[in-house]
Amino acid sequence: MSENQSPTPVGQRTRIRIVPSKGWVRIGFHELWAYRELMYFLAVREIKVRYKQTAVGVAWAVIQPLFTMLVFSLFFGRLGKMPSEGIPYPLFSLAALIPWSFFAAGLGQSSNSLVGNSNLITKVYFPRLIIPISSVLSGLLDFALGLTLLLIFMAAMGFFPNLHLLWSIPFLLLALVTSLGTGLWFSALNVEYRDVRYIVPFLTQFWMFATPIAYSGQMLREPWRSVYGINPMVGVVEGFRWAVLGRGNPPGSIIFISSLAALLVLVSGLYYFRRMERTFADIV
Amino acid sequence: MSSAVIRVRDLGKQYRIGTHGPSYKTLRDRIASGLRFRRPSADKPVADRFWAVRNVNFDIPEGEIVGVIGRNGAGKSTLLKLISRITEPTEGEIELAGRVRSLLEVGTGFHPELTGRENIFMNGAILGMTRAEIVSKFDAIVEFAEVEKFIDTPVKHYSSGMYLRLAFAVAAHLEPEILIVDEVLAVGDAAFQKKCLGKMNEVSRQGRTVLFVSHNMVAVENLCSRGIMMDHGQIVFDGPVRDAIAMYLAGSDSEPGQDLRESSARRAGTGEARITRYEIIGLEGTLVRAGDPFTIRLHYECRQRVKTPVFCVSILTRSTLPLFTIFTKDLDYQIDEISADGFIDLQIHSPNFLAGSYILHLGITDAVESGWKDHVTDGAELEIAEADVYGSGKLRGASFGVLFYNCTWSLTSSPATLVASTSSGKN
Repeated sequence: MSENQSPTPVGQRTRIRIVPSKGWVRIGFHELWAYRELMYFLAVREIKVRYKQTAVGVAWAVIQPLFTMLVFSLFFGRLGKMPSEGIPYPLFSLAALIPWSFFAAGLGQSSNSLVGNSNLITKVYFPRLIIPISSVLSGLLDFALGLTLLLIFMAAMGFFPNLHLLWSIPFLLLALVTSLGTGLWFSALNVEYRDVRYIVPFLTQFWMFATPIAYSGQMLREPWRSVYGINPMVGVVEGFRWAVLGRGNPPGSIIFISSLAALLVLVSGLYYFRRMERTFADIV
Repeated sequence: MSSAVIRVRDLGKQYRIGTHGPSYKTLRDRIASGLRFRRPSADKPVADRFWAVRNVNFDIPEGEIVGVIGRNGAGKSTLLKLISRITEPTEGEIELAGRVRSLLEVGTGFHPELTGRENIFMNGAILGMTRAEIVSKFDAIVEFAEVEKFIDTPVKHYSSGMYLRLAFAVAAHLEPEILIVDEVLAVGDAAFQKKCLGKMNEVSRQGRTVLFVSHNMVAVENLCSRGIMMDHGQIVFDGPVRDAIAMYLAGSDSEPGQDLRESSARRAGTGEARITRYEIIGLEGTLVRAGDPFTIRLHYECRQRVKTPVFCVSILTRSTLPLFTIFTKDLDYQIDEISADGFIDLQIHSPNFLAGSYILHLGITDAVESGWKDHVTDGAELEIAEADVYGSGKLRGASFGVLFYNCTWSLTSSPATLVASTSSGKN
């Protein structure tokens, strides 16, 4: 107020009209874009707070997939003798755990994001979609660290990525879409039904075993393999593993089924969220 | 199209009773009830709903500072939440021309683990500032908050005063065309409040449109030209601010005391006897002016017989600093037992409270103080209106403190100085 950005004349201002909304609401991409800086700040805040509150800090991002990989390698690889498409089992599972962790963390955090930020929702207006979106985006740093870990491991075992590596970007995007889509559903449900927070970790665990992380999805024959692809994380994990390791089999047509399923979850999630949004501030 | 900056038509907001309570639905219950009958609650009567705001109409032209006043639960905060787009109206419409910023709380989005600097950016973004805007105002914000030395310290190490100053500083540097402010000045010490009011005054002089909710009538009167008084979700008066305040202070809407049985009242105790409501009885009905005697009447109910009960009343400031506590036994007032409903009066003959709103804690215990039978620590309050307490022809409100005393001044000075000053006066 000191530097006097004086008010624009009333006639030239944009007018906002607030009326009760009915039924399905538009997503409002324009407004989301206008608030992109807030999205960035919220994501950064989540990252900073997360690392300031843990004893080992950033190392946490690497410890989790690393230890899961060790356990998997011991039980499924060594003892269970799981076939791993000709790739050393530790690499086989780690290459899947990195995108999976990104997805699972994004889902977990965005599901609780609205309830966790209820103080914002009841005090300030901004597009509510920003909250779950920034939650999912805040997982990108962990993902980058995990990917670095994977590349180091690969180099140590004589694996070097080739041009396929570029394909990891669309697969990451697919993981993001899946994570956000499911996160939108659960975050909106969580506002009204508080037992959702207990359901999500449970569901994530099941989902993990329905995804080819510890085993190879190539064992399935058609038509079951196509049915399997309805789980979008199947496409993500198989695709990512192939792209980064530069070996093994590309996921093939299953990727279309997975992408379609992911898009469906995202679009339905967006509309469901927007529909439920009108009561968030009243019940959260 | 009118030239109004805020235009409100037939606005209404309906809530479900209990939506603010702690009991949430569970998905499990929802699924179970969905299986049993097809449409749960579809044809249930609407008795569990109430209108927090209804039939509200007004226009606010550019540059007007409007105070919204009313008792707790009159719908003021809901109205602000509707205009701030935090919650959606059930009916009617609002039209706003220009950038709206609302300040319903200072420090929204502050995180104790983040530093002052990080929180400024975070809070600024939440309040709708762009990064560039925050960068350009950063130094001014830090200076206003007086926290230069601690700007890279996590705010969890700040004193509460520093925290509040920083939080308000960010908000004070917003440049909205429409500013919506709710009761944020009720926090902090006198110096902080003065600073905030000064800033608000500055805003008002820049021709911005402001909607201001407060219980602080001094602030409302100083800042606003127009007053809207609300009661039970409706506008009962809209006109010059002095008239609105007079109406608010007269409080003649025949409230037979405040009901404390509802769930919102925070309370503790075993519950053999409970305080059901309280009344404030002044010389002019419910209106109590500073310095005038008044009575606090506690209505109670008994679930079972209570031997030698002891009643207690505490008066606290808004920041919950206890000012005064009195037990019945302090004044040797013995009650053998209570076993039915009734009430007890505490008469305060010469109170020393200045104008403002105070919190009441009301309790029932027993002679050995073995614990509370009932202790209400939320929901009861005492409003004191301004008065000319010193007989000087001036009203003294909350900015002069909380208390006043019957006192006298007397000056003593040495004769030499007196001579010197008199002689210099003659020259």
